[in-house]
Amino acid sequence: MPGAATRERFEQAVLPHLDAAYNLARWLTRNEQDAQDVTQEAFLRAFRFFDGYQGGNMRAWLLTIVRNTCYTWLHQNRPPDSAVEFDEEIHSSESSGGADPELQVLASADKETVHRALEELPGIFREVLVLREIEGMTYKEIADVASVSLGTVMSRLARARTRLRQSLGAALGKES
Amino acid sequence: MSCKLTQRFVPGYLDGELDLSRTIEMETHLQVCGECARELERQQALRAALQRSSLAYAAPEALRERIQSSLRASIPAEAPERASGWDAMQFLRPLLLMRWAGAFAVLALCAVIAWQLLPGLRGPSSDQRLAAEVLTSHVRSLEASHLLDVASTDQHTVKPWFDGRLDFSPPVEDLASDDFPLVGGRLDYLEGRQVAALVYQRRKHFINVFVWPVAAGSSSTQTIAPQQGYNMTRWSRGGFQFWAVSDVNAQDLADFVRLLQARTAPESK
Repeated sequence: MPGAATRERFEQAVLPHLDAAYNLARWLTRNEQDAQDVTQEAFLRAFRFFDGYQGGNMRAWLLTIVRNTCYTWLHQNRPPDSAVEFDEEIHSSESSGGADPELQVLASADKETVHRALEELPGIFREVLVLREIEGMTYKEIADVASVSLGTVMSRLARARTRLRQSLGAALGKES
Repeated sequence: MSCKLTQRFVPGYLDGELDLSRTIEMETHLQVCGECARELERQQALRAALQRSSLAYAAPEALRERIQSSLRASIPAEAPERASGWDAMQFLRPLLLMRWAGAFAVLALCAVIAWQLLPGLRGPSSDQRLAAEVLTSHVRSLEASHLLDVASTDQHTVKPWFDGRLDFSPPVEDLASDDFPLVGGRLDYLEGRQVAALVYQRRKHFINVFVWPVAAGSSSTQTIAPQQGYNMTRWSRGGFQFWAVSDVNAQDLADFVRLLQARTAPESK
């Protein structure tokens, strides 16, 4: 069982990743208080499994536990995400020549709109974007954290980006 | 006309995930393919929009303190068997201080006897550590209402649920006809790996069965000494390790384990 010496080792190795853990929990739960509770629970879990930690990528190991703790928590406390549609296509702009309207939208997107658009994405798309764009993780690391194949990471990431672009386009198109 | 490289390779190029030869190929291709170049430009614009929106949340300082104090608090509560080991040491420590050869001999003799007769005085073996983990998981599953990730009495619902969540497919059997109905399943962790937890009910009591793959071979059923009022049994067969834990009485748990073993895969040779 973990003792005081293990706890010190754990704190030195794992606490530096607290921000990453909290960030993921915050984006998955979309609530500050819930994110704190889930992060705390995840750290206690991680501490219990720390003896079994085989070395390797500490941040990915921790985020795997954070993610699972989040989903267990969401499963018990929130209605499931609305069904995800599978029929998106990347719409390439028809205009040839001249300024690309979508580029202008993306260039003008303000912080609040981007934040809201990401927050409103379904969980499986939100998490790959958070891990890739905020945490800067590789496909392999994301695959490990989300327990899916590399192919799934790539297709989710592509769809997540498409959706995010569509919702930014919709949000900013409305305003102008 | 749509370039078939656009969807396949632009994201990988953007994320720096292509190998060297593909990267070079893509760079050459981008100079001639307007569609790929435009798509890359938009992907970069999206990334830039994400980057400038400061989306990363930093953990509040209070959370760090909360976690540290909860880690400290978790140590005595989670190490009950160590506490009893220390009691024994307090009894032996005066002997140690005498520093007589005779005392050493006595101590050595005591140690040998204790080692032989009282497994509880040995340092925590991997089995005991695992037993403590199993017990903790069981108690937490009940306390934190983390009992079920999938609630179903149907083994044909529970078993597929684990597919894609685990890298193995655990045997799932309903024992409703023997008054041990299956109520669902859950993902859990033991020894740092993901395991399947199957939950059965006996009247008002729950039985957690933790399952994970082991190297081929099987071991006989082993009953672990009750801890804090919980009975535990472990066995392995068909390439899986099983740990059953519950507060039902020892006889009920033994019956349950026998029934479950009769249903799961036969002994693998």
